[in-house]
Order: sequence, then C-alpha cells, then structure tokens
Amino acid sequence: MSKHTLSVMVENEPGVLSRVAGLFSGRGFNIYSLNVAPTLEKGVSLMTIVAEGDEAIVEQIVKQLRKLIPTVKVKDLTQLSSVDREMVLLKVNAEDSKRAEILRIVDIFRCKVVDVSVDELIIEVTGDQGKIGALINLLTRFGIKEIARTGNVAMKRSMQIDL
Amino acid sequence: MKLTGAQILLKCLEMEGVDVMFGFPGGAVIDIFDEIPKSSVEHILVRHEQGAIHAADGYARATGHVGVCLVTSGPGATNTVTGIATAYADSIPVVIFTGQVPRALIGNDAFQEVDIVGITRPCTKHNYLVQDIEDLASTVKQAFYLARSGRPGPVLVDLPKDIQQQLAEFHYPEDVSMRSYKPTKKPHVGQIRKVVKLLKNAKRPLIYSGGGVITSGGHDELTWLGQTLNIPVTSTLMGLGAFPGDDDLFLGMLGMHGTYAANMAVNNCDLLLAVGARFDDRVTGKVDTFAPNATIVHVDVDPTSIQKNVSVHVPLVADCKSALAALQKETEVSLGDFDWKASYGDWVSKVQGWAAEHPLTYNDDETSIKPQYVVEKIYEITEGDAIIATEVGQNQMWAAQFYKYKKPNTLLTSGGLGTMGYGFPAALGAQRAFPDKLVIDVAGDGSIQMCIQEMMTAVCNKLPVKIIILNNGYLGMVRQWQELFYEKNYCSTCMDAQPDFVKLAEAYGAAGFRVTEKKDVESTLREAFKVDKPVIVDIRVEREENVYPMVPAGASLTEMLLV
Ligand SMILES: Cc1ncc(C[n+]2csc(CCOP(=O)(O)OP(=O)(O)O)c2C)c(N)n1
Repeated sequence: MSKHTLSVMVENEPGVLSRVAGLFSGRGFNIYSLNVAPTLEKGVSLMTIVAEGDEAIVEQIVKQLRKLIPTVKVKDLTQLSSVDREMVLLKVNAEDSKRAEILRIVDIFRCKVVDVSVDELIIEVTGDQGKIGALINLLTRFGIKEIARTGNVAMKRSMQIDL
Repeated sequence: MKLTGAQILLKCLEMEGVDVMFGFPGGAVIDIFDEIPKSSVEHILVRHEQGAIHAADGYARATGHVGVCLVTSGPGATNTVTGIATAYADSIPVVIFTGQVPRALIGNDAFQEVDIVGITRPCTKHNYLVQDIEDLASTVKQAFYLARSGRPGPVLVDLPKDIQQQLAEFHYPEDVSMRSYKPTKKPHVGQIRKVVKLLKNAKRPLIYSGGGVITSGGHDELTWLGQTLNIPVTSTLMGLGAFPGDDDLFLGMLGMHGTYAANMAVNNCDLLLAVGARFDDRVTGKVDTFAPNATIVHVDVDPTSIQKNVSVHVPLVADCKSALAALQKETEVSLGDFDWKASYGDWVSKVQGWAAEHPLTYNDDETSIKPQYVVEKIYEITEGDAIIATEVGQNQMWAAQFYKYKKPNTLLTSGGLGTMGYGFPAALGAQRAFPDKLVIDVAGDGSIQMCIQEMMTAVCNKLPVKIIILNNGYLGMVRQWQELFYEKNYCSTCMDAQPDFVKLAEAYGAAGFRVTEKKDVESTLREAFKVDKPVIVDIRVEREENVYPMVPAGASLTEMLLV
C-alpha cells in the first residue's frame, strides 16, 4: 500500500464530483484527500486526488477514472517528478508565555499568522507533506485547537529527470 | 418553428431511427405520451417498468441496435433499476428516458421525485439530467452515441416535466464530438504483429471468446480465425453464438458449468487468445491456476477490463471486430502459406479427445423428464433456428449447454448480473423486432414468476413468445448449492406451492400446456410452437436434477464435478 497522487481533469458539469467520488466508494478504494477547482481551460476543472492502494489497485483506479465519460485526462504523478503543496490553517493555544516561541517557529517555517487573539493564533502554512507534518509536530505541544486542510494540489514539473 | 420538449424528443427518436420503445406512463411523462401517436415511434405498454427495460434490452441484444425505454419519475424510474444494472453488466446499448418533476421542484421532495441520476450513476455508462431545453436534442444525440459506441451500455436521460413543455427551435446535431470521450477502436499494428508471431510459435492455442465479439459484430472474423487457423474455441455464456456451436472446433462454454474439454483446454493451452471477454470469476475459477501455462493475449475495447482479474501478457485495446479483422489480414499477409492445420493438429486431436471422453451428458431416464432432454428436444425441433431467451438458474445453464447456438444474437441471457425475471420480457423485445421468428423463453418455475405480468403485454401486442418452464418446484440452482455445499438444508428453495401455469396462461388469453410424461415432451413442444399466440408449456421435470460439470466456486477449473 502506498499513497498515489492523481491529477484528474474533468468536464465541469453537474454531478461530476459525485461520479468521481462514487467510483472510489463503489469499488472500495480509499480517498485520502481530494481537491477540486476550475482551470484556465473553459469548462474544465482539475481534481487532485490522493488515494491509497497497491499498484494493481491504483492502475484500476486510473483506468476507471479514464473510463468516466466527463474525464478529460488522468495522470498518476507518483511516478513523475512533481510539485506537491497543501495549505493548512492551524488554531493554536498561545498564552503570553508561549507566544514568543510559537512566533519563532512560525518564522523558521515561513508561515503566516493570519489571526491573533488573547490566547490563540491562527497560522497559515503552505508546503509539502514533510513540512506540514513537521510543523504540526512542533505545535502539538502548545495545543492545536482546530485544523483545516485543503488536501494536496500537485503539478508535474516541467523538467522530468530520469531517476 | 418552435417545438415543445416532448415534440423535440420524439423528433430526435425518429432521427435515430427508433421504431419502437417500451414503457409505462405517468404524470411526469404525460406530455411525451401525448405526442407519441403523432410520431412514427410505436410505444409498447408493459405492465411493470422492469418489463420495459428488459424488453428494450432484449430488443437491443436481438437486433444489435439501441433499445429504448420510457418511464415516469419516482417509482417508474426506480422500477427500471434492476434492468439498467442488467444491461450495464452485459454491456447492452439501451437509452432510458425518465420523467422528472419540474425543475423548480427538484430537491424539494416533491411528489414522485427521486434522484434517479444519483441512483443509477453506478449502473449506467453515463446519465443526464436535462436542465435546459436548448440542450435537449444534443443530449439525446449524445445518449445514443454513448450507448452504442466503445463498450456499449445503458444511458439514462432524466427529463423534467417543464422541459417537456417548454418551446425551442429543433435542431438535431449531425455528429457528436466530446473532448473527453474518444473510444479506441483500431488495434495497434505492433501488437497485432506480436499476436500473429505468438500464433505461429504456439503449439496449443485456444480462443476464449466473449460477449464483446457479438456486440462488435465480429462473429464472421472469429469464425474465420478459428476455422482457418484450426484453433479450438471456447466461449463465455455471453459469447455463445459468435462461433458456430455445431463446429468440431467448438468446445462449448468454459468455467463453472463449462465442458470438460473447455476447462482442460484452458488448463493446458500455451496461448490463450481472449477476445471480448473479461475473465469473470464464474469463468476463471481460482485465478492463480487459470491457464497456468499460457501466454495470454487480451483483446477488449474497454481498457479497464484488461489486467483487472488476471495479468495479461499482450493487451490489445480495440473493438473486437477490428482486432479480429486485423489479425486475419496480418496472418494472410505474413503467413499466407503457413500450414496451420498441421501446426496445431496434435493439439486439436487432444482437445477433441477430451470432448469425446467427457461430452456434455446426463443420465437420461424413462420414468421422469430430464430438463436437459427438454432443451435437446427444443434444439432438434427448431434446428437451432430460434431466438432463445433464458431466465436465471439451472434452466439458464441447461439452455447454454444443450442448445447449439449457430448465430450471434440468438441467445438472450442475463450473464453478468444473473437477473431472474429477465428472460420473458427480453423475449418480448426480441419478438417485437422479429415477428416471424420463433422466440422461446427457457424458464424456471421461480424466475418466471418475477415478471409474469408481462403475459398481458405479450397477448395484447400479439407477441407469441413460447415460455418453456422447466418446472422442478425448486429454486433449483440454489437448491443445488444447498445440496452440494450446505448439507441439503433446503431453506426457502422449495417452490412447490405454485400457480396453475396452464390456467394462468389462459387467464391472460394465452395458451397453456402441461407435460408430465416424457413421451409427450416432443409432441407438445411441436404443437406449442405452432400456436400463434403466447404459450406457456409447464413441463414437470425431475425435481433434483443438477447442472454438471460443476467447478465449485473458488476452485480450479480442473476440479470439476462430472455427471
Ligand atoms: C432477482 C434474483 N433473485 C435471486 C437470485 C438468486 N438465484 C439464482 S438462481 C436462483 C434459482 C432460480 O430458480 P428457478 O427460476 O426456479 O430456476 P431453476 O434453477 O430451478 O432452473 C436464485 C434464487 C437471482 N439470480 N436473481
């Protein structure tokens, strides 16, 4: 079992999201995260889906996605060199005594503080899985009260280097 | 001139060449029904919407054209779901029109509202809710195109009532262009060469042919390939009729109730050419031991079928007919003088030896009527020139084993979903397409009761389908499993409380016969086939007869229980 990031271009028509999501649930495939938004091309949306499964399952998922009538293109980015990003908002406990330390971490990780109150901060962070994981780790001991994540967005790099 | 949505729909159907549709009215489609008498499209009124969708499906299987079904919203729509799933499982082209509440009420739990697009999403090839009258004609065009192209399948179009009433200019698009849907049809030349090379080097090739050959119209090409290259052919249930069933090279069905020869051939072949078949679990048995010595070539128009259940050495994504034609051409060009007969001679004798050793057989009996005997008689009397529909269960397997299908589109059976109640309405659809043909539904006493209400449709539309009930008073196939694998715990499979089928036929205005003696089977069948109206022949067969050979679920194909 491994995580695969799939980039799926679809016709932006009613019901398309449930067609895609239904394909996963109907076949017992697990979606880890799913992100959708319009692209520059008129009427086409891009979904970034992170799914879990062994190679054979992921191959089936990709084929089944291609088989859906509104699907324009499917790429499995896992085999390619790609840029992966996720945006996360974290609401963290921040009493006076801890605030300086939290801000130092925010600074090191190049995140942004987007809301401040007496004893809380909301932090915006963008990055790949590793960076976000590390930040969450560090902030956990202060107490994370709430978290909102976009799920991955990903794009194939222009220069593909043979690995 | 502007037309209403309902008028536009009928114009579209006329332009698609639809001459008949099967359906049932209701408030949400009354506008369409209002227009039907003014169009060239005939409507056949069924008695239950499941009958309508199966009839449209049977029409499609028998003709190779798209079948059409029209029903109302809510319960009318949900009653078609079993039939839609049936058509989907067997890749049958049908277009289903459902009424929907007016757009303004959608999502409000209105009277007879149901999200049929949502409900049928997993069992249609695609479906639509028409939200704008300007999209109606192009949606219908797309629906027919999708239903019949690529891997065919059911397509549903949901039509809100206010759309049916709105006015718009009618314009039917000439062709369909969808950036997201471009089904592959032509085979890859390199792969074709590879296959021909494999054929040349093979010693023990076997063709495993499926429903895709029939859907693509590739039976002539398949027959050429088998007969000219001298390759034995085995078939799935769905593929029966694509290769002449009376040819010496034909081994019959493979798999769970396949022949000894077919299953042994799969086990021993060194090259398996799978065409338009999808390695269903009823065919492969235990996957790890399926065709263990073979290089597997898989031709299928649907890439998702390839590598799904077994790992394939040479994938060939193409329409089966074009792929078989390309194979024919390539063999003729590159190996025109190759001696195929000699090359596979030993193998063919070996396979035919297996067939002779364990032919399909049963212990015939003078005191009771064996169901297999009945099917054999049907074959003899019709000389294989009938359209056979089946229900599901033992009756279906015997109809597959003991009737030789010589032509494609002559067996209508629910292969993928195994839908009891399918056969009779499907037979009606086929009979409507071919009024002069003998259309027979081989039935079980359980299955026939699932859509028996269509007897009225048969009688009043003069569709003289012959229902032959192999009446064993059991849900026989389930009873067989209980006998073999559940210590004869016949829980809920005894069906000896049953209607008087002869009177039932007569109550509808059809004819009924009952046969209890073996000596009367043939004469009664002959007489029944001559009656010019629908007929039920209730034949009391040996109650605990089983279907053999049988490969227990999950076992290897060579682990067959023989007669
Ligand atoms: C709609 C539906 N319900 C249940 C089944 C499960 N099932 C498969 S075969 C069978 C028995 C069929 O009995 P009958 O029609 O009498 O035919 P026989 O096997 O006796 O020939 C049943 C219940 C099914 N295939 N379809």
